[in-house]
Amino acid sequence: MGPSFRAPRLPDFCNLGIWLRVLLAVNGMALAAALVRSRGLAHLPAEFAELAGLVEPVCLGSLLVLCAGQRWLGRLPPSGAAAAVVAVTMLVSALFASLLTPLTSGESQSWWYAGIWSALTAIVLLMWFDLAARAHSPAVTEARLMALTARIRPHFLFNSLNAVLGVIRADPRRAEQALEELAELFRVLMQDNRELVPLSAEISLARQYLDLERLRLGERLQVRWDIESCPPDALVPPLMLQPLLENAVYHGIEPLAGPGEIDVLLAGRQNRILIEIANPCGGSGTPHAGNRMALGNIRERLLLFFDLEATLATDLAGDRYRVRIELPYRHGDVS
Amino acid sequence: MSAPLRVLIVDDEAPARMRLRNLLDDIADRVPTSIVADAADGVEALEKLGDSEVDVALVDIRMPRMDGIELARQLASQARPPAVIFATAYDQYAVKAFDLSAVDYLLKPVKAERLAEALRKAARTPAATAAVRAAAEAIEPGGRRHLRSSERGKVLLVPVAEVIYFKAELKYVTARTGEREFLLEESLAQLETEFASRFMRIHRNCLVARDAIAGYEREREHEGAADVEVCWSVMLRGVPERLPVSRRQWPQVKALLER
Repeated sequence: MGPSFRAPRLPDFCNLGIWLRVLLAVNGMALAAALVRSRGLAHLPAEFAELAGLVEPVCLGSLLVLCAGQRWLGRLPPSGAAAAVVAVTMLVSALFASLLTPLTSGESQSWWYAGIWSALTAIVLLMWFDLAARAHSPAVTEARLMALTARIRPHFLFNSLNAVLGVIRADPRRAEQALEELAELFRVLMQDNRELVPLSAEISLARQYLDLERLRLGERLQVRWDIESCPPDALVPPLMLQPLLENAVYHGIEPLAGPGEIDVLLAGRQNRILIEIANPCGGSGTPHAGNRMALGNIRERLLLFFDLEATLATDLAGDRYRVRIELPYRHGDVS
Repeated sequence: MSAPLRVLIVDDEAPARMRLRNLLDDIADRVPTSIVADAADGVEALEKLGDSEVDVALVDIRMPRMDGIELARQLASQARPPAVIFATAYDQYAVKAFDLSAVDYLLKPVKAERLAEALRKAARTPAATAAVRAAAEAIEPGGRRHLRSSERGKVLLVPVAEVIYFKAELKYVTARTGEREFLLEESLAQLETEFASRFMRIHRNCLVARDAIAGYEREREHEGAADVEVCWSVMLRGVPERLPVSRRQWPQVKALLER
């Protein structure tokens, strides 16, 4: 969507932690410079003290100005704000340089030289803060994953419970089995779903889910599995198959008065895994809002797990609606 | 003790129907009921019901062929409409509509006590057809999708979308589709209010689907002594016959055609 260049996010200039990190980084750079410049370890402390004496006032002065002007910076567009930060440090250092030059006898400390040095430092630091912020976002990713997986249609839960209550007198064993399946399904739903799981686990969960639905729908629900050519150890995002099947049942089977068939195709092809689920399309060709939401959810999780290596596409062929997912074949140790 | 309540159960899931049967059985000593019919969807319910009457209809909302909302509308247009109690597992939108129009509903899984309460209430109060219609309109706007026509004891459902015109004959109203005519048991005035957006009156005895009007033509002229009376008729898509437009309705028909 945006241009390939992305302006860095600015850190909070009034935060003491940021000040500390900026000072540490600047002093670190001064130390490195001192090491390069000094002729021996004996001269290092003096060399460092001189450099630190120059950079620290600039650094603290710039931070003070930036903290004071933080509100104003926030109103600028990101690239403008970054440019302003660099400009502020340049001005502050030029100011200090011209003030300090008479005190130090250095002849090379011209104001523009100091300005360029501090501008470079500011740019490096801004990029570093931006990188650090992005490195932290796996925490955000995990939170997003947690939020994305913990969803199932309440419609399904309450209808299933109602169906169990419906058969409990006539067929207690069937009711028991259904409750066991329901418990299993919810155990998986509620567990930590941040790691990829083997496809075989997804398949058995999907079968349990479909068995529950068969209790409600009876012969109306027909499922054809085509999974022979699929490696069962392929790793996939957890709870991906079940929501897709839930969609297929809700939009494909429930609106039909007679039996309807869901096709599940899982196949491995040249280091790719193909998942295809097709269901009858009950009259209305437009995908439902709930369906779009579930697909958006899965698409986002695929992106989080596989970045751009996975694809999700839907199509309408004749009277059948089809969801097609392709993933890279990753496998783990499956006992 | 009063006669048992006559109940109709409509749900597309067999275990859900069984559950209601079990519960009705359980509460029989408090609320005596007799199950007249159970059906898997609205169409089957209307077919099974035929001309027989029920006091209460327990109706699931989401069903294939004809859903509970449409079925409720059909039942509400009967001569002696039953009380409709909706059942839903989870449908916040519908539940809100029911609450707003004070229509009774059960949440699945259904509880015996709640069912008994709903049935007692239904037995006490006359069927709130206006409230049911209002809730139905809030959930699925646009009136009924089907019209009922009985033929030799069998219920036929005529999709409103297929009706080209309604015509009032001496005692009854007919609906004309592209294929044939169906006898209805409702008044033209009632149809006119319910389907105002779809049909327009062209004559005292006739409503025509706006979309079906293809054009108009001058029919004949009665030349009296002083005035010339011009009669117009409309031509329709899908059927050969032409329908006369009354002088009173002509300006509206003409306005529609000239738009």
